[in-house]
Amino acid sequence: MAAGPIDTLFRGTKTKKMKHGKILAAVCCVALLGCGGRDGSSSRSVIQNKGSDTLVNVAQAWAENYQTVEPNVAIAVTGGGSGTGFAALINGTVDIANASRGIKDSEVAAIRENGVEPIEHIVGFDALAIFLHPDNPMDQISISQLAGIYGENGELESWTDLGTTVPGCRNQEIVRVSRQNNSGTYAYFREAVLDKADFKLGSRDMHGSKDVVDLVENTVCSIGYSGLAYANEHVKMPCVESGEGCVAPSSQTAIDGSYPIARPLFMYTAGEPEGATKDYLDWILSDEGQCIIQEKGYAPVRAVTCG
Amino acid sequence: MARSAEAIDERNLAWYLDRAVRVFVFVGGISAIVLIIGIFVFITREGLEFATTTLNIKEFFTSPRWAPTSETRPTYGALALIAGTVSVTGTAMIVAIPFSLGAAIYIAEFATGKTREVLKVLVEMLAAIPSVVWGFIGLSIMNGIIIQLFNVPIGLNVLNAGVILGLMAAPIMTTIAEDALKAVPDDYRQAAEAMGATRWQVIFKVVLPAARNGLVSAVLLGVGRGFGETMAVLMASGHSINIPDSVFDSVRALTATIAAELGETAVGSDHYGALFTLGIMLFVVTFIINLTADLVVRGIKKR
Repeated sequence: MAAGPIDTLFRGTKTKKMKHGKILAAVCCVALLGCGGRDGSSSRSVIQNKGSDTLVNVAQAWAENYQTVEPNVAIAVTGGGSGTGFAALINGTVDIANASRGIKDSEVAAIRENGVEPIEHIVGFDALAIFLHPDNPMDQISISQLAGIYGENGELESWTDLGTTVPGCRNQEIVRVSRQNNSGTYAYFREAVLDKADFKLGSRDMHGSKDVVDLVENTVCSIGYSGLAYANEHVKMPCVESGEGCVAPSSQTAIDGSYPIARPLFMYTAGEPEGATKDYLDWILSDEGQCIIQEKGYAPVRAVTCG
Repeated sequence: MARSAEAIDERNLAWYLDRAVRVFVFVGGISAIVLIIGIFVFITREGLEFATTTLNIKEFFTSPRWAPTSETRPTYGALALIAGTVSVTGTAMIVAIPFSLGAAIYIAEFATGKTREVLKVLVEMLAAIPSVVWGFIGLSIMNGIIIQLFNVPIGLNVLNAGVILGLMAAPIMTTIAEDALKAVPDDYRQAAEAMGATRWQVIFKVVLPAARNGLVSAVLLGVGRGFGETMAVLMASGHSINIPDSVFDSVRALTATIAAELGETAVGSDHYGALFTLGIMLFVVTFIINLTADLVVRGIKKR
């Protein structure tokens, strides 16, 4: 009687063992395949690319497209922020550091200690557009008005303070839409518009550029800012006045420097780039590479015509 | 019998399997304890040093100015964040308590047969909707509805997040409350009915008081859920540092702050420490709420 369950147990074990065997075989196969693949590609070179989150999408698109141009070069792209990229460049763990800000003196000094000079390559421009609801009658806004709306000591609280009335907006209250406090866009807006002063508390801090545009699209009283790349036809972008006439945001005005809130996007190398890295950077600055950055919504370094 | 006893004593595959399963079950059993201690040690290790040295405790609890990345004057005031979490959770409970108690009473006392089974399954399915989907509903649907209905400038506010969170917390509260009502012995109901009590009198005067502890713990677990919920609140609350004075103000919750900021914060920085301090606070609060709920439930069983 008692042998019955033990028997069953044993049989159970047997089948399990067989399953294990199969899994093991499968794992072996995968491992072998993996190894085989790697062996076959020993001639490939890998470019390590790390840094700014603003640039990470573009960097990834470049890396993917470069596969078709140069299949023997693999590019590993990681984000983490401009500072992370510079730190990796200093430690020599990356070939190219992406940055949405210029290199700091301390970082230059650290790289020089390794006996090389950091080389800056401007690969594109990021223009911050101001977004308004389409019902908002404002067509232009000045940097000082923006500082009055967003800055900690700014006193502009309602659309009437700006000399306008937004139809359908109750109390004419300005609903400020901003970004979470560690985004690169937030930091750049603070630098370019608020002159490094703090933001006024009480803004709606969205977790992504697209969320900013979505909220502005659905909220009559709102104003927001984000990369020009995220604009759509449901929001309005006023031109921005900084004392030299009102300039509308576009790739063109970002390139020629007339748009006041645009920043260059950089790639840094330790020393003059050579070999595969140089070919890659040259390709990024070619028409093909520049069309990719334009497609991703940033401004290219020069006017390009894309198919 | 003797042969089978020998077979059991033998160290064959079955014996080793038995051992292995025993170890596995033991590890599974204590894993919860190990994990909770591990998590607690981890968040305190990351946050405590900052909380005890750099952090101004008075400012943390009394200032609404949360400006950790300020270039001129970083401050870590969590008052507005605490107010945000409390106001959203409070609103959520106002929404969820009537809903979930009503649903629980209906399922446990009135519904029969198919209706009951279908309702139970549906309530459980409601609990399985991912929080980001709730958040999306708040962001894209509720926002417009609230703007239209109440004629306010923005629909991402305490009301929106509270309603969303209430709907999220209601299923789990309903399930627990229903269990509590089911745990009331039928003798009570029969005795009351024998005394001539109506259906409502039975429920309100006999069943609900008898199930009180279970219902309180259902509400407490709902509160715990509200405190800990992140994604939906992040999306629906407006994420704005603000001490609300009406349900139409945007707020920012503790959890949402951690979620939004931790990913891009340098490990070991003051900002990082401050976020972990928020984590410690959240952990302690939810721990106390859940512990209380558990003790309250145990209260019934002892009686």
